[in-house]
Amino acid sequence: MKRLSGFAIFAAVCLLLPVIFPDNYYVTVVGLTIFVNVTLAVSLNLLMGYAGQISLGHAAFFGLGAYSSAILTIKYGLNPWLAMIFGAALVLCLSYVLSRPILRLKGHYLAMATLGLGIIVHIFFVQADELTGGPDGISGLPTLSLFGVPIDSDIKWYFVLCSYMLLSVLFSLNIADSRAGRALSAVHGSEIAAQMMGIDTAKVKSYIFVFSALMATIAGSLFAHQQDFVSPESFSFFFSIELVTMVVLGGLGSTFGAVMGAFILSILPEVLIVFEDFEVLIFGLILMVIMIFLPEGLFVSLKNRAAIMLSKRESGS
Amino acid sequence: MTLLKVKNLEKQFGGLKAISDLSFSVPENIIFSIIGPNGAGKTTLFNLLTSIYKPSTGSIFFKDKEITGLPPFKIARLGMSRTFQNLQVFLNMSTIENVMVGCHLRSKAGLLASAIRLPSVIREEKEVRRMAEEALHFCGLSEYKDRPAAGLPYGLLKKLEVARSLASRPKLLLMDEPAAGLNDTETRELCQLIKRICESGITVLLVEHNMTLVMEISQRVLVLNYGRLLAEGPPEQIQKNPDVIAAYLGE
Repeated sequence: MKRLSGFAIFAAVCLLLPVIFPDNYYVTVVGLTIFVNVTLAVSLNLLMGYAGQISLGHAAFFGLGAYSSAILTIKYGLNPWLAMIFGAALVLCLSYVLSRPILRLKGHYLAMATLGLGIIVHIFFVQADELTGGPDGISGLPTLSLFGVPIDSDIKWYFVLCSYMLLSVLFSLNIADSRAGRALSAVHGSEIAAQMMGIDTAKVKSYIFVFSALMATIAGSLFAHQQDFVSPESFSFFFSIELVTMVVLGGLGSTFGAVMGAFILSILPEVLIVFEDFEVLIFGLILMVIMIFLPEGLFVSLKNRAAIMLSKRESGS
Repeated sequence: MTLLKVKNLEKQFGGLKAISDLSFSVPENIIFSIIGPNGAGKTTLFNLLTSIYKPSTGSIFFKDKEITGLPPFKIARLGMSRTFQNLQVFLNMSTIENVMVGCHLRSKAGLLASAIRLPSVIREEKEVRRMAEEALHFCGLSEYKDRPAAGLPYGLLKKLEVARSLASRPKLLLMDEPAAGLNDTETRELCQLIKRICESGITVLLVEHNMTLVMEISQRVLVLNYGRLLAEGPPEQIQKNPDVIAAYLGE
């Protein structure tokens, strides 16, 4: 199983961290945010990195999952898992219906359309206050329980969110290295050639759009239960942009690139707090420096450099 | 038996008739070449046959089935494949992955099955790899299989496009100027490759400017001039045809 050895190490580290540092703020509190962001970045990378279709509205699907869970459990008293499934079904239908016309667009036009989608959904969260609670949001979600065990502490949430994140990473790695993943890369590489190889490019794009949206939706439901609160600002246009930045920062088209990008973008603000007023300034500066010197993204560039160094060492000896 | 039949095909771009009233048939298991001066409409014809362009009027039949206006991927499913004059290699993949995309039609794992990586997917993946290696071997690319396609020289990229198409096991292969930009040795290799492709039971439709190559390997040649059929027949006849000579050399 050489193929998944990287994943095995990654999973082991993630699962062991809270055992080694049980009361560390960065592990059990910041860790939860990181896992949600990693899941979202990995799902967006499937669409953006592999299939080459940009989305500036990914936060919309994340938000739809969160709001579905909040509304259905609180206002309609649905079981949290059932609410999650309803939310996913809603997003499945919505994203499928939207995918065909939207993904017919390319480049800047696709960016505009997905941007519009994100903004419309956000406006809905803010304006439909009878349903969504408006700008104040909704609080007081019921506790999620798994096999009769209530998930009511940071450490339990750590393992739930970590498992879901690992599952999404595993799915992404599997897809990348499969017939479906090659079809995505082919669409990215040359749509005409992909069609000539018998690939229904419209279908491939639409399926990955839906798949990626579903991954984000379920992350949204889990996030809502973990936070015990939903409000529109978590799902704004800015968060969509942040997700795109995570994917690009780590390296487009690499699952672990998305993981690394999400990790860095989530942890940097926490670390930079010591600079107080200069926090945002230094944050921006770090991003610029990384992109100027490692334009293919942090993970991908470092991996390529390591590969070059290894091959040099081999040919040298 | 007739594999491909074109009837009264016409394509108009604004005021320009790129193809006008073109009819011809391609029998099975031969190398059929299309020649003509630059701008004669050869690549346009290929784009019409593979539905990248929709014809203004006329119809195209492949294996006795009308394919006019079908989307390109459906035409590919019927067994037609092509290479491109301006390369369309997937530069974001390795050599073998490019060819594995060619195996798309011969495998069936879907998105969900791939995500979960069912045992059937693992089995199929091995089979796809084997088929791709076979196609790479056929085109003499085995030693480059794990290289990123973006790093291959031009001549090998052209071969890679052929290997990718062959991996889909087409009945008809359209090759758009495969010899353009190749040196003499590479052209001779290409000549052998095209012959072997035809011997393996694939009909080849060739657009090419290299006359020596065309006359050596084709069983039939069609000459296009200003989008019209100028002549069609065996290469010996075409070489002697006064209209063809006039079109190429001027009067």
